[in-house]
Amino acid sequence: MSTLANGARGIPSAPWFTSMVTVVLLVAMLGAGGAAYPGFLSLQVIFNLLIDNAFLLVLAIGMGFVILSGGIDLSIGSVLALSTMVAAWLLQSAHWHPVPVIAAVLLMGACFGAAQGLVIHLFKLQPFIVTLAGMFLARGLCYLISIESITIDQPFFVALSQTQIPILGGFLSPGAVIALAVLLLAIWLAHFTAFGRAVYAVGGNEQSAAMMGLNVGRTKIAVYALSGFCAALGGLLFAFYMLSGYGLHGQGIELDAIAAVVIGGTLLTGGYGYIAGALSGVLVLGAIQTLIAFDGTLSSWWTRIVIGALLFIFCVVQRLMGGRTK
Amino acid sequence: MNARVDPTPAKPTAAPAASIKTMLLQHPLLRPLAALLLLLVLDAALVPGFFRLEMKDGHLYGALVDILNRAAPLMLAALGMTLVIATRGIDISVGAVVALSGTVAAMLIGGASDDAPMGMALAASMGVALLCGLWNGALVAGIKLQPIVATLILMVAGRGLAQLLTDGQIVTVYYKPFYFLGSGYLAGLPFSLFVVAAVFGMTTVLMKKTALGLFIQAVGINPVAARLAGLRTATLIIFVYVFCSACAGLAGMLITSNIKSADANNAGLLLELDAILAVTLGGTSLAGGKFSLMGSMIGALIIQTLTYTIYSLGVPPEVNMVVKSIVVFVVCISQSGEFKQLIKRRPA
Repeated sequence: MSTLANGARGIPSAPWFTSMVTVVLLVAMLGAGGAAYPGFLSLQVIFNLLIDNAFLLVLAIGMGFVILSGGIDLSIGSVLALSTMVAAWLLQSAHWHPVPVIAAVLLMGACFGAAQGLVIHLFKLQPFIVTLAGMFLARGLCYLISIESITIDQPFFVALSQTQIPILGGFLSPGAVIALAVLLLAIWLAHFTAFGRAVYAVGGNEQSAAMMGLNVGRTKIAVYALSGFCAALGGLLFAFYMLSGYGLHGQGIELDAIAAVVIGGTLLTGGYGYIAGALSGVLVLGAIQTLIAFDGTLSSWWTRIVIGALLFIFCVVQRLMGGRTK
Repeated sequence: MNARVDPTPAKPTAAPAASIKTMLLQHPLLRPLAALLLLLVLDAALVPGFFRLEMKDGHLYGALVDILNRAAPLMLAALGMTLVIATRGIDISVGAVVALSGTVAAMLIGGASDDAPMGMALAASMGVALLCGLWNGALVAGIKLQPIVATLILMVAGRGLAQLLTDGQIVTVYYKPFYFLGSGYLAGLPFSLFVVAAVFGMTTVLMKKTALGLFIQAVGINPVAARLAGLRTATLIIFVYVFCSACAGLAGMLITSNIKSADANNAGLLLELDAILAVTLGGTSLAGGKFSLMGSMIGALIIQTLTYTIYSLGVPPEVNMVVKSIVVFVVCISQSGEFKQLIKRRPA
């Protein structure tokens, strides 16, 4: 298969190939939806994809960096839940002003991530097991704050959740706008800064990166701190969206984020792919859900089956089309 | 009891064992056993009547029996996971396989005795589990996907498939003989213990009395060298995933029989993580190679004893997760080579 991939045109082995496949898939899904259901192809339906999945997009961006660096972060779903919980508790019980609350939650997420990165780097442990422990820890900390769900009725948060920003005849939520801004920032960070190049280098080959004189440890810690920050920001967006803090929020969402990153064309072995793929991956996941909701006869569990099938197809395609051997 | 052949780890970390005392001190099962004993001592001090065992209606009752009984599905899952981890793999679809096999068993047995013979239902449920394992194994060994990605697919889709089968309902089993599997008693002891003992015994014999254990270790230590040495690595890898899923399938039957229903959404939720945790606690390195079946069993018991302790101390059970995570951090860090170097440097 590799001879075929390296053949005359070499298009299937180009780094953007799988990313393009995702975009084509997304357009096809939207087209099929538009053909099958009247009213599907309105601008607002597409905007709603962004509004409903803003937090997932932010999570997938953080996960994208971690996966590009050759790691994985299983703790983001729990950090999201912990962020909603801490935000809700600080607002409702401690009566903090929303601005310090937001700052505190973001700082907490970044520190949580950095601590995981530190353990991974210092003790040369597998990211999988460290972030697994982090996942348990964050989830457990949620329940230490409260076992019940805490409703947020702080005016600023309520206002954010109800604001509609008109764009091109439709509207976006502030959360979606924040997520898009984060995406732009992340693309700049990944492709136009030294940090971004270091992430790709570490993901491509850690030893070579170290021999090149890159500070692998600092890069890794920064990547996990970034992922924790994104998870906390995702938690805030989730809190705007749901107006509550709850220890059961975002269960299994780390898998959706990983799926979005993989479907977006990033290789799980690291060093290969685009941060922008997170957007197309998240939109594909959202489009599946919307299509199933529009259909009305399909049950919600079809979502999981279709996501699983898509994951399978993408992994196999990546494997066969110029995907690097380990 | 552990199926290791080569006692020297990949990195020579310790001086050669000179006396029996140092050999005992460096026995790989020492730490997990010590942790379990510490927990039991803690229980004995804090929980009144912890070690009391009573015979009631010919059944043995007591906290210890309870812990063993509740740990049964986890012990099964940990046994399967041990072999997968020994080949440098990981199987995160265990929970989904538990849900699938439990659902199939519950649906086929159904309400009355005339739905399907129980033997056939159990065979079908095991068949589904084996198919899941074959799928995982084929993805890992055939298409050469990373194990975590390959099993992620089934983890995401498996519960969806189980819900598809049951139409999203929880299937309740009314057929009495099926209850025996998960909550019956044989010779005064819970029947599930005999299932675990049988699987453990069989696996140990298979690993120690045949070359299979050595082969699996060889694949984990260096897959390329193992293949060049003439091992059929692909077949071995498929075998461990099938074995792991079979264990998960058995665990699914035990769980379904114990709660008398199949809940596609929640049966075996996070079981894969507990199983990985048990394997790690038991001293098997996630980097593959050496493995200890006995260690994984002890690891599973540590987790269940921890849960029991936390419940009986009246601490909110949710705190369990915090304690578990701290235990994982401590165990992983203490097992890492960097930490051992730190310790060694200090007294020198």
